[in-house]
Amino acid sequence: MDIEFSDEQVQLRNSIQRLLQDKYGFDERTRIVRSDQGWSRKHWDSFAELGLLAAPLSEDFGGLGEGPLATMIIMQEFGRNLVVEPFFETVVLAGGLLEHAGSNAQRQAFLPEIAAGNATWALAWAEAGSRYDLNSIATTARRSGDEYLLSGAKAAVIGAPWANNLIVSARTAGDRRDSGGVSLFIVDRQSAGLHLQSFKTIDGRRAAEIVLRDVRVPSDQLLGPEGEGLDILEACRDRAIAALCAEAVGAMTELNSATLKYSKTRKQFGVQLGTFQVLQHRMVDMFIALEESISLAQHLNLSLAAGEPHSSKLASGTKSKVGEAARFIAEQSVQLHGGMGMSDELNVGHYFKRIAAINIQFGDPTHHLMRYARMN
Amino acid sequence: MELKLSKQDEGFRDEVRAFIADYYPPEMRVPNPETDLTKEQSLLWHRILYKKGWIAPLWPKEYGGPGWSITQRFIWEQETSRAGTLPPLAFGVTMVGPVIYTYGNDRQKKRFLPGILSGDDWWCQGYSEPGSGSDLASVRTKAVRDGDHYVVNGHKTWTTLAQHADWIFCLVRTDPAAKAQAGISFLLIDMKTPGLTVRPIITIDGSHEINDVFLEDVRVPAENLIGEENKGWTYAKFLLGNERTSMAGIGRSTRYLNRLKKIVSAEIGEDDAALDEFVKDIARVELDVLALEATELRVIAQMSRGINPGPAASLFKIRGTEIFQRITDLTHRAIGTYGLAIREHPASDNMFMPGPEYGHTASEKYLNARKLSIYGGSNEIQRNIIAKAVLGL
Repeated sequence: MDIEFSDEQVQLRNSIQRLLQDKYGFDERTRIVRSDQGWSRKHWDSFAELGLLAAPLSEDFGGLGEGPLATMIIMQEFGRNLVVEPFFETVVLAGGLLEHAGSNAQRQAFLPEIAAGNATWALAWAEAGSRYDLNSIATTARRSGDEYLLSGAKAAVIGAPWANNLIVSARTAGDRRDSGGVSLFIVDRQSAGLHLQSFKTIDGRRAAEIVLRDVRVPSDQLLGPEGEGLDILEACRDRAIAALCAEAVGAMTELNSATLKYSKTRKQFGVQLGTFQVLQHRMVDMFIALEESISLAQHLNLSLAAGEPHSSKLASGTKSKVGEAARFIAEQSVQLHGGMGMSDELNVGHYFKRIAAINIQFGDPTHHLMRYARMN
Repeated sequence: MELKLSKQDEGFRDEVRAFIADYYPPEMRVPNPETDLTKEQSLLWHRILYKKGWIAPLWPKEYGGPGWSITQRFIWEQETSRAGTLPPLAFGVTMVGPVIYTYGNDRQKKRFLPGILSGDDWWCQGYSEPGSGSDLASVRTKAVRDGDHYVVNGHKTWTTLAQHADWIFCLVRTDPAAKAQAGISFLLIDMKTPGLTVRPIITIDGSHEINDVFLEDVRVPAENLIGEENKGWTYAKFLLGNERTSMAGIGRSTRYLNRLKKIVSAEIGEDDAALDEFVKDIARVELDVLALEATELRVIAQMSRGINPGPAASLFKIRGTEIFQRITDLTHRAIGTYGLAIREHPASDNMFMPGPEYGHTASEKYLNARKLSIYGGSNEIQRNIIAKAVLGL
């Protein structure tokens, strides 16, 4: 089932690798994370120039039409280099939602801007107490003439401090946990009544708690049919999981190769670390965990690219399995690097932290294991 | 789990409980005492215990110990960790103190023991070096005799709280020709000596706990050598034994486990399928704690009958650290989405942290706890010790 990549796909991967190798080394990444902004407009522009922001999006709206496999390739390379710029939030989440659920006018207005690198987006779906349920929403949207008034609070919105636009889930009907009555809105981040409190995330990004007090949203900024937002969000989550698992695979690849290299060069008790059988077997298990993860991530991305109907169950299974594999590899990579693994100066700990964040985004391995178990 | 206590020991336990309740400084109850306190704040409890005469439970009475029985020491251990008091820094009282009163000369005892007890001298440990890892005997820091001084050159690393330290106890190589363990000496070095510099190492949780210590032509009076030259490995091993026994951490794990239960019931609804998984995971850890505690009590009972616990310390280190890592992992998972946030260091109340307060240190604790299976001899090394010393493999 190994994917045979097309010449274009191989070229795409090579060009990203070259760009990141030349311009996005670990020192540069550290500088970006520590800057006040927390991300780099310069690198974002170079991603746009290379066509990365356009690659997965539809050709009808400024994209290159290369679909989920392009996303997979990009996310995997971004995972290998710990890229913090909001490709996932802007292109995968918002771009995907606009493309799949947006009106023609909305696609026309926003997708070319995303593809060109002129706008960044964030998706505000979680709330305090919602845990990982997409439908657990207390934020309300009340119709008033040709506007909606949004009120409520959204939690831990990654990339919100950087975003020009937000996509916000809110209730147009029903109670907090109902599956019906969820609607999605495109909201200008500068809107009156919208307040952000920013904080740093475990993996060096920026997120925000968002409070909305009667934020006025024109009714033509409703994304998808009113009250049917949950289906749209669930499909978005499947795409999100496919992208995050590809990113995790990139991070795991780097961790395994760094750990292997270390165990071949580092000497202890007069011999190479790698000669200890207990560590050999550990690294074999890390190798197996990575191979299984690559397979599942490819399987899921192929399934999405083919529009398979059962992708959602596969997505949950993959999120759970890859998440546990990534955690195992991350923890063992720190362990096998010894004290060095604990140091902030080495990249190993930063892969560890990115994997910890991936395991939280859109639901942790336990949540998805249980979801997988209960789906037909 | 409780030891069957005599009337007298019960009285002692009640006295300890009351003392902690009355005197533990409230300013030490911060979100993460290990990283959030200033040097003076973290010494408050130390000084109170010193005044009371309880600062050094393991020390013989003649050197300033309280003269407690093994059971009383255990009660103390249990009560303080259950109450969540920050233990006085181990490097002085638990580590170098016993080395000095066991192997030091009278002048050294007089010079150093009072400052360790009072907290006036803050000690740090100069064992690890870059490249040495769990192989401590690979010491490369050199000490060369020059008249009545040693001239020390080298680089120590992972030195906990060296930024506060007045003194460092160091393993140094005094005989470069001798094999591994044979040429090592145990030297006490004043941190203010010219040529000694400290550089912070920031760890993955963002905190500054550990440091590099560089020694360049540091002149150390020869009278600061403990015991005999080239016999330092004996003293170092003696000290490591003391370090590892204290690693079961039952009290701390019990406290964090109770906290985890509260967090899970606040965060995860009855209708959430993940709840069952958490309940099972917590029950498993609780049984792990119970089994380790029962083992600890068994070893305590053996020790009070005069039986040497042998490599039991390695067992405590392995299981104690694995259990605590698991609890911090489960706590981080239980927090859910807010596990994405992490406090910035140095910690400050002005910095915004989202979500309920009980989750504010979940990320940093999960990250910080990764060190436990690495330091003090990695858990792989501890397993090797048991394989060799107990199983004869």
